[in-house]
Amino acid sequence: MSKCAELTRRDILKSGAAVTTLSLASGVTLMAFGGSDADAAGADAGKRWGLLIDASKCDANCTDCVTACKTENGWDAHGDHASPETSSAWIRKVTLKDRQTGRKVSAPVMCQHCDTPPCVDVCPTGASMKRADGIVLVDKHICIGCRYCMMACPFKARSFVHEPVHDQSVNAPRGMGTVEACTLCVHRIDKGRIPACVESCEAAGHSAILFGDLKDPDSPISKALEAYPSIALRDDLGLNPAVRYQNL
Amino acid sequence: MRLVLAIITLFGLTGMAQAEGALAPVVPVATGDPHAEGNEYWRKHHMELMRHGRNQTLREGERDIDASLAQCFDCHTVEEAGEPVTYESDKHFCRSCHDYAAVSIDCFKCHRSTPSDNILNRAMATPEEPNSIAAYLERLAAEASE
Amino acid sequence: MERTIYREIKATPSVWMVAILLGAFVGAAGLSVLTIEHHGHIITGMNNQIVWGLPHVFAIFLIVAASGALNVASIASVFGKKAYKPMSRFSALLSIALLLGGLSVLVLDLGRPDRLLIAMTSYNFTSIFAWNMILYNGFFVIVGFYLAVQMITGLSAKMVKMAGLAAFIWRLALTTGTGSIFGWLVARPGYDAAIMAPLFIVMSFAFGLAFFLLTTLVLFKLSDREFGDVLLKRMGSLLGVFVAAVLYFTAIQHLTNIYATEHAGVERFFLREGGIYTTLFWLVQVLIGGLIPMALVFLRPSRQSTIWASILVIIGGLAQVYVIVIGGQAYPLEIFPGYEVLEGFNEGMVNSYTPSLYELALGLGGVAVTLLAAGVGVKILRVLPTNLSDANVPADS
Repeated sequence: MSKCAELTRRDILKSGAAVTTLSLASGVTLMAFGGSDADAAGADAGKRWGLLIDASKCDANCTDCVTACKTENGWDAHGDHASPETSSAWIRKVTLKDRQTGRKVSAPVMCQHCDTPPCVDVCPTGASMKRADGIVLVDKHICIGCRYCMMACPFKARSFVHEPVHDQSVNAPRGMGTVEACTLCVHRIDKGRIPACVESCEAAGHSAILFGDLKDPDSPISKALEAYPSIALRDDLGLNPAVRYQNL
Repeated sequence: MRLVLAIITLFGLTGMAQAEGALAPVVPVATGDPHAEGNEYWRKHHMELMRHGRNQTLREGERDIDASLAQCFDCHTVEEAGEPVTYESDKHFCRSCHDYAAVSIDCFKCHRSTPSDNILNRAMATPEEPNSIAAYLERLAAEASE
Repeated sequence: MERTIYREIKATPSVWMVAILLGAFVGAAGLSVLTIEHHGHIITGMNNQIVWGLPHVFAIFLIVAASGALNVASIASVFGKKAYKPMSRFSALLSIALLLGGLSVLVLDLGRPDRLLIAMTSYNFTSIFAWNMILYNGFFVIVGFYLAVQMITGLSAKMVKMAGLAAFIWRLALTTGTGSIFGWLVARPGYDAAIMAPLFIVMSFAFGLAFFLLTTLVLFKLSDREFGDVLLKRMGSLLGVFVAAVLYFTAIQHLTNIYATEHAGVERFFLREGGIYTTLFWLVQVLIGGLIPMALVFLRPSRQSTIWASILVIIGGLAQVYVIVIGGQAYPLEIFPGYEVLEGFNEGMVNSYTPSLYELALGLGGVAVTLLAAGVGVKILRVLPTNLSDANVPADS
């Protein structure tokens, strides 16, 4: 009984008023100090965060979004043996050439935050998960490192941590033997900030990555999607990703 | 069989007696204010609080739970030669008790075990900050109206 | 003929020698697991492109063979062939041992094998992988029960038949699940095919029977028991039929893909330009593991040819699983159709994989676990018949 009651008390604590005095069933009176209501937002099912990447604005020689992601989430830390094949890649820059026309185009690729993510379907433990606001994450607390999600992902968005890691960023805990991927900078979004790649792309003067709420018809991203043609990668699979591309 | 059991019990008892004497855990003194719920409460329930908090944070995005590992280090860091010790060191505050109780923990295979200077994302962004969603949307609106 | 008598094998010096040898393989596998756990998967040949490597080839081969090894018992209990009846106890035991070996490899290759408990307690029911864990655990229970009812004297034949039927249905479900691990991966052109499930079932028939024949013959040799030539040749021709079925399903698998233009690339890779995978497919899987064993058992049926056919089927089977598991990952994902990737993260090119010694040790360790478990089983349980000479095999009515 006590455990259940205590956890309930914690719930009240984290969302409650400045000072709460509570009487438990056991007769114990406890005082708790909580934060303000504004802070306790959580993932909102009324929103779906997404990105619209305009490949025509993406500079082939710029990798600021990749650098910003590495710094923000700390996945740059290479071990002694890391090779490009074993390193993590939460976000990567690709440069493509149309086989028929020869047109060259560049764009970043990260977790596409699918509406029906194959990685979530196949995960045996439920570590691969989609939040209420559409962000797809790995719960590393219960990831067993089977890599089936990596087999299922059509975008090569996920990486397996092959070596011990130290001094992780406080933003993004990550460890050997578990799978990781772009989190859409969930730690920033939850605190009302834009993802690091979006910020760096704007700072570099390209503004090729548009961030916003796909469920809000008045958001800039929704309006841009309505006004101009865009595509989803591997649209044939019908996964409805939250990351879409223009001029690719 | 009974003899074996008796010997095991005997060894167990002497082992425990030793542990209670010279090898008792040295709990590092914390800084800052004590826990609002009382230290006893936290000693007993920290794992439930943290497990509950981790699920709420990761799965529901509720980050205002005062039971995050990063916050533990605000008060509980042990320093050696001016540097906070990592979980590699048996002086780390988690290990001082967990080694004694022989309970292994999994946290630091993924989480950092030392305090971080990066505390930006502990607080909600204000609209004045350029990387806040509010300021970003405002810039987009200004651009669209041009 | 006399009544079938089941007796434990005796612990002769040669039995001990084999056990010690197998123990050494298990020990080597244990060491390599500890090393991988310490350094991470960086020391293996696996990477972020080829995420499942040689351990999975062994694990899947053993798991597929597990359900196939039960066939001998099913043929007796479900399909009423009396000649197979004396072997059905060992068939059930060997299938449990094979599954044990396969699962050991699978589990020990996890990134976090220490979290096995989570895999057992936290299920995501949309995952075929999670369903497989239920199928695997259920297999141990049902086949264990089936073995028990065969061994308990005084139970009615009907009860044995019912248990055998349950085990037979369960094994079909289990192999369907194993095949669907690949068949349901829509993203990868090398997998994504409904035929994977039935293909894995016929593969299990062939691999399981070949493995059963070889282990039985070795155990009979070690314990000085007789296995009749006629019976062996009869089982050899059954193996030939199973091998033909594998070739047939493989042909349909590739022909279907060739017909669809979007899959022309992956078929060109497997069948013509895939280097090691093309060689493994045509030379090892089709020729050595398919056509030659068929020729051996059908054109020159003999004791020796059946033994050779069984060995070749296992070699070809490992090659087939290797081509499916590794080849399917080596072929690049088509993320940007119509584009050539000039710069990217190993995009649009064939991914390379060189298995490490650690992975080989782990895989062979799984085989050793299987053989050791089967050996301990026949040492302590009365599952192996004392005499399978042709004069002593029941005739089919």
